[in-house]
Order: sequence, then structure tokens, then C-alpha cells
Amino acid sequence: MHKLLTDKPGEKAFLLGNEAIARGAIEAGLGFASTYPGTPSSEISANFFQISRESDLYFEYSTNEKVALEVAAAAANSGVRSMCIMKHVGVNVAADALMTLAYVGVRGGLVILTADDPFMFSSQNEQDNRYYGKLSGLPILEPSSGEEAKEMVDHAFDLSERLQEPVLLRTTTRINHSTSPVIFGKIRKPVTKGDFAKDPFNYVTVPAVSRKLHVKLLKNYETALELSNSSSYNFIEGNGSFGIICNGVSYNYVKDAVRDLDVENKIKILRIGFSHPMPNALIQKFLQGCQKALVVEEGEPYMEEAVKSAAQEKGFTNPINGKGPDLFSRLFEFDPGMVRAKIASYFGFAYAPAAPVDLTGIPDLPQRPPNLCAGCSHRAMFYAVNKAAEGIPNIRPTDIGCYTLGFLPPLSTGDFLICMGSSVGTGCGFSKATNKKVISYIGDSTFFHSGIPGLINAVFNNHDITLVILDNHTTAMTGHQPHPGVDMQELKLEGFNRVSIESVVKGIGVGHVAMIRPYNIKKSIAAIREALAYKGVSVVIAQQSCVLMDKSLKKLRGKPFCVSDRCKNHRNCINDLGCPAFYVEGSAVRINAALCTGCGVCAQICPEHAIVPVKD
Amino acid sequence: MNIKRLIIVAVGGQGNLLASKVLGEAACRQEIPVRMSEIHGMAQRGGVVESAMIFGDAQSTIISDGEADIMVGFEPLETLRAIKKCNSKSTVITSTSPLPPFTAAIGKGVYPDMESIKSMIRQRVGRLITLDANVLAKEAGSELSVNIVLLGALIAVDVLPVTADSVQEAIRETTKKSFAEINLKAFDLGRAAVKA
Repeated sequence: MHKLLTDKPGEKAFLLGNEAIARGAIEAGLGFASTYPGTPSSEISANFFQISRESDLYFEYSTNEKVALEVAAAAANSGVRSMCIMKHVGVNVAADALMTLAYVGVRGGLVILTADDPFMFSSQNEQDNRYYGKLSGLPILEPSSGEEAKEMVDHAFDLSERLQEPVLLRTTTRINHSTSPVIFGKIRKPVTKGDFAKDPFNYVTVPAVSRKLHVKLLKNYETALELSNSSSYNFIEGNGSFGIICNGVSYNYVKDAVRDLDVENKIKILRIGFSHPMPNALIQKFLQGCQKALVVEEGEPYMEEAVKSAAQEKGFTNPINGKGPDLFSRLFEFDPGMVRAKIASYFGFAYAPAAPVDLTGIPDLPQRPPNLCAGCSHRAMFYAVNKAAEGIPNIRPTDIGCYTLGFLPPLSTGDFLICMGSSVGTGCGFSKATNKKVISYIGDSTFFHSGIPGLINAVFNNHDITLVILDNHTTAMTGHQPHPGVDMQELKLEGFNRVSIESVVKGIGVGHVAMIRPYNIKKSIAAIREALAYKGVSVVIAQQSCVLMDKSLKKLRGKPFCVSDRCKNHRNCINDLGCPAFYVEGSAVRINAALCTGCGVCAQICPEHAIVPVKD
Repeated sequence: MNIKRLIIVAVGGQGNLLASKVLGEAACRQEIPVRMSEIHGMAQRGGVVESAMIFGDAQSTIISDGEADIMVGFEPLETLRAIKKCNSKSTVITSTSPLPPFTAAIGKGVYPDMESIKSMIRQRVGRLITLDANVLAKEAGSELSVNIVLLGALIAVDVLPVTADSVQEAIRETTKKSFAEINLKAFDLGRAAVKA
């Protein structure tokens, strides 16, 4: 049985935040879940996927976050408790659905999890999704720990059903990816099938209906505000004359700082866990008798703005600060030492900061950036494109996935990236606004997610671009989740169909389509040259399964290669490919047999044919 | 309870997260409050993997520069790179088996020699313990148990409140059966290397 289905209330487990969130949903009687994977949220849905194979839970990997939210919105409006999971930027994709779903509302509970990523450990921006609460009018809950997140999911479902609208549960990376002891509660029996009661004058959002629904949304806001003011997730601790208002992980840093500084009797804390609507009346009560107040929040001054506005209403004039050059930054994540130091300096507490060791005298160390795996087919493809495009002025928009790493030396291929699917749309623009050839890269999962509309645009508007689809048969970066192009039967998973990328591309009407095996370098280069020579939209589909996935499925068949004494030290292998299986011993190039997957790409490019299979 | 802060730093694939998990489970067995954090995603493609573990009544799950009581490095260059997490009293345990980064192979930087890595660390912290975890892991029966060798060394220095007994129990429960015996041997070899 899946560990998160353990029906032993009171038992303690050491759980990742994302596991705690999944468990919270199971305890709340979750019947339906949908997602598009994205770090730091991915383990929530990975657990739901496994759980759905052994319980009545319906779970799906949808093609993108917008589709996932639409799917979940219908389930919730059929009365089934549903959850939709995505990373912060995924909410941008789902935002069109979200904004009007807020008007329509739900009948069964719908919890939308947004996993924000301060510091951008694995994201392209660090947007603060609390503003989606303001923008949509929907309630937001924010936990400070995995344990609290588990409870909050349950509460979020109740809140959603009470208000008849979706609830946003906002986490940050340090909640999702922290592990702590969590106590199991009771599992509520899920309802997995409901019914949809037709009511078009409340569900079909033509202007006349939406005008009525917006009134309802604002009325709901008033109820949500009352609930926020009385929520047990918005609480005051201590009774000092200095106030600190904080949320999420910042609450932990504040609590530790107040204890470390030994100022418990001087500080009172307002922890905000129900952060939209902000609890105006509670904030005003908290500010009474506060000589000075400090707002501690990662990201934007979301709470600070609300606190200052609440203070203004009551004519409260004592200092309130948060973001500022000497205080907290809007950039990156906080840490306990930084929060401790800012609290000490703001309120004037004595403090001797920790003294990190002196780094002077330590030379520059060789960096260890992330790299495409040994044997990764993306490397082969990038090498082939680099060779095929030699001498042709070009721009290479890239996209989101492992292959983004191709922009690093030595492959250095990847010029522009803003979001999922952008390689195709921006490629269209570059082809018209410049005289350069455009070569766009997109992965298979990203192609299904949001590359298809761009490709249709390219065909319709007759752009001159070559799109290279790097099809490794999985969503590799986030942990090998399936997508519509995956052969699920091969993974022994029944009940799915398969969508062929080639058929989609041809169906769109692309004039030149080539299928290649990227490990065959000569043929790959020839196919790309041909595609580049084609005037109009050309697509090259490079098919080779992800080596990391093959390794975990024990499907790797290749035998390792080694460098023979024919080597004349040209080093094309190292300098042009940058495969991490290579190392240099003295002045000799060597291959680490434990890392080499036997893809044979380096053997094909060695001018001396010095790279040969290891003899048994 | 006295708070203890541990940083574990490794190269992706060295089993850092499993070692942290075992240690966390062991602490839970002894009812020691424990929290940890780790970085997933992009960082895992051959990059550095760092986990922070905090034992005792703290609520934070990460550790600021200069605040680690103890650091375990699975790879000497990465131990040195992460040294800013330590202060002059910190204990540092590092394996001495290098895994040179690819940048060194293509001539973008030079991997420092082992003696200078050791002396740069030793000069700055309270105590440095070195062991060749790869050799000990092979002796235990598998190169993959480098993580458990270092866990053994960590327990032997007695900085954390976690006992060897509870780690051994956690190894039996957390790691695959076929691997548990090798791991238990690796754990003992790591402990012996520090005590010797």
C-alpha cells in the first residue's frame, strides 16, 4: 500500500512537505486531481499518480496547467473534491481559466496549489503569486511548515465549499522541499463521482451572467474577509510593544530569531496564514500599542501594503517597515541569520552575528554547473545543429526543459527563452524582424504543453523557421512524468492513448518534416541542413528516449567506450561535446566507463577514430 | 534542547538525500525534533546537492552562513566550496575521494591538490576529519554506500544527539533489504575510521 494511504491516525511519519500536502488532500477525501508537473510542486502529483493506481482517486497529467484547471473545475462543479497542482508560473498559463472560474465558482471543494520559487532554484522568474488572490478575488492560504500544510489542505476544502469558490494554497520551495515529522489524521472516504446540475444562467459566462456573478464574487469577498479576521491561521503570539507581521517560512525565521535574541517579552508576532483577503480588523487590533512594526515576507511587499493601508484607516502613525535598502529585499529567499540581524537592527537589540570563516586565500574553484547527462541525446542533437548551421547566421530560441542546459559551453546553443512554448512564438518574430535563419528548440512535453499554437501560427503566417523537437519520450526535467506522446503501454500503464508528434506536425501542414535518430550524427547533420535549406516552416523530430529514464527502467543496452592509443589529443570530443563521462588524466583523455552509456556519439566525431568500445 | 545544525554537501548521485533521510528517521526514533531541507530540480543534473538538517527546537529548515555546527562533505572540492556555512568552531568531515567537475576536464579551472584542500579547511574550522569514503565503501561491498560510510563518521564524532543504534535501525528499515547488510558494514567502517 502507498505510504500516504496508511490508515493509522496518530502515527508519525517523516514526510517531505509535498508528501504532507498530498496526505492532507487524501485525508480531506480528495476524489479528483490534475496537474502539469513543475518544480517545486512535482512530488505532490507524483504521489497522486501512484495513489490513483491503487485507489478510487482519479488523477491525470494534463497537457498544460490551463487544461488541468479546466478539468478540475468541471470535476468540482460536479460535486467532487478536486485539486489542481502547479508551479507558480503555471498559474500564468491557467490564469485565463482561473479569473472567470472565480466568478462561476464551484460546488465541491477545489484547491489550487501554487508552488512559488523564491531565489528561482528551478524557475525562470520568482513572481509572487499572492497577487493572484487579489487579481482573482479568491482566498489564499499559506502554510509555514509541512505539518501545517497538511492541516491547511483539509481546511482549504472546507473553505472552498463554504464560499463555493476555489481556494489557492500557496507554498514556497522551502515548504515543498523541507522534510519534518507529520502526524497522520483520519482519512475521509472520498466521493469520486458526482453529477452536474445544469444551470446555464449561472454557468455560461455571457456578459449578462458575468455581471451577476461578479456581484456574487464581491459578496463572497466580504464573507472571506470575516473568515480571515477570525481564522485560526491568522494568530497573535506574545504581547511585547514591538510588532512583527510574517507569513510562510518567514514565520519560522522570526520565531527562531526572537528566541535566539532572547527578546520574547519585547515582541509580539502576527502570523498570517490566511493571506487573501488580508485580515484588516485583526491587523488593526495588532497594531494597537505597537511602537514599531516590521513586516517580514519573502517576495513582494504584499502584506506590507495591506498593513500600511489598515494602519492608515485607523490613523495609526507609528513606523511600519518591511522592504527597503537597509531592511528586507524583494529579491531571492530569506534565511534565519539574515532575519535575526534585521530584527536586531530594526528594533535596536544587541546582537553578535555568527562569523562565517574567512574565505580570503581560497582560490577560485572550478565550477560544477548542472550539465546534460552522459549519453543524453540532446547533446548529440545540439552538436549536429552546431555543425549543420556553421556559416549560416542564425538565432536559436530555446525552451523549458533539460535541453535549456544546451545554452552553456561548450555546446552554447540557445539564445532566447521566456516561458513554456516561447521557442516557437519568438522564433516567428525573429524570422520576420531579422534577416537571420531561425532554429528553435522545444522538448516533446513542452511541445504538447504550449508549442502547438505557435507552430500553427508559423504555418499560417508563413514564417521561415526550423523547429527542432527534442523528443525523449518523457517529461525529463521534473522527474519523468508521462505526456500525450508517451507510449504508456510500454510502461505497463493501461487506459491511455498516444498522440503522435509527427502526425500533429503533419496535420498542421508543415511543409518539410524529418524524423531522425540523434545518435546517428552524419544523418542528423544532413537532415538539419536539408531543413535549413527549406524556405518556410520545417520541423526536425529527434527521437531518442531519455538515458536517465532508460537507466532507471534498466533498459540501457549500450556498452561503454574507451579512448585507444590512436588518440592524437585533438580533443574534439571534450571541446565540442562536453560529455561528463570524459576526464583528463595527465594530458590524456579518458572515459569513465561507469558513466558512459555507449551512445557512440563521440566515436563518430573523433578525427582519428580513436574512441572504441571497451573489449569484454 | 540544544540546537545542532548540520550541512551535508555532495555531488548529484552520491546519495546525499538518502543519507539525510536515514538520519532524520533515526532522530525521529529517538523523539528528537528534526527538520531538513534539500534542493531538487535543475540542481540535480550533475550539480551540487546540499541538504540542511536542524536538530532540536528550531523551526527553520535552512542554515545561514557561519551557523553550521557540523558539515559533512561527500566530495573534497565541494566541502571546500561550502565552507562559508562553517565558523571557527565547526567540525568538518570530508571524504578525500575527488570527483573532478567537468569544467576542470575542459580546462576551465584547476582542481586543487588534496593536501591544499585539507589545509585550507583545517586552518579555518575547529576540527577537520578526513577519510577516503570510496575505499571504505568498496570494502563494505559497494561503491554506492559512500553516503552511509560518511553517516558512520558523522555519528562517531558525537556532535549530534543521534545514536548509532537508531541509525542502524533506520538503515534496516529505509534501505533495500539486499543492500542493508552492505550499508550496515559501511556504517561501521565509517565509524571506525573516525575512532581510529
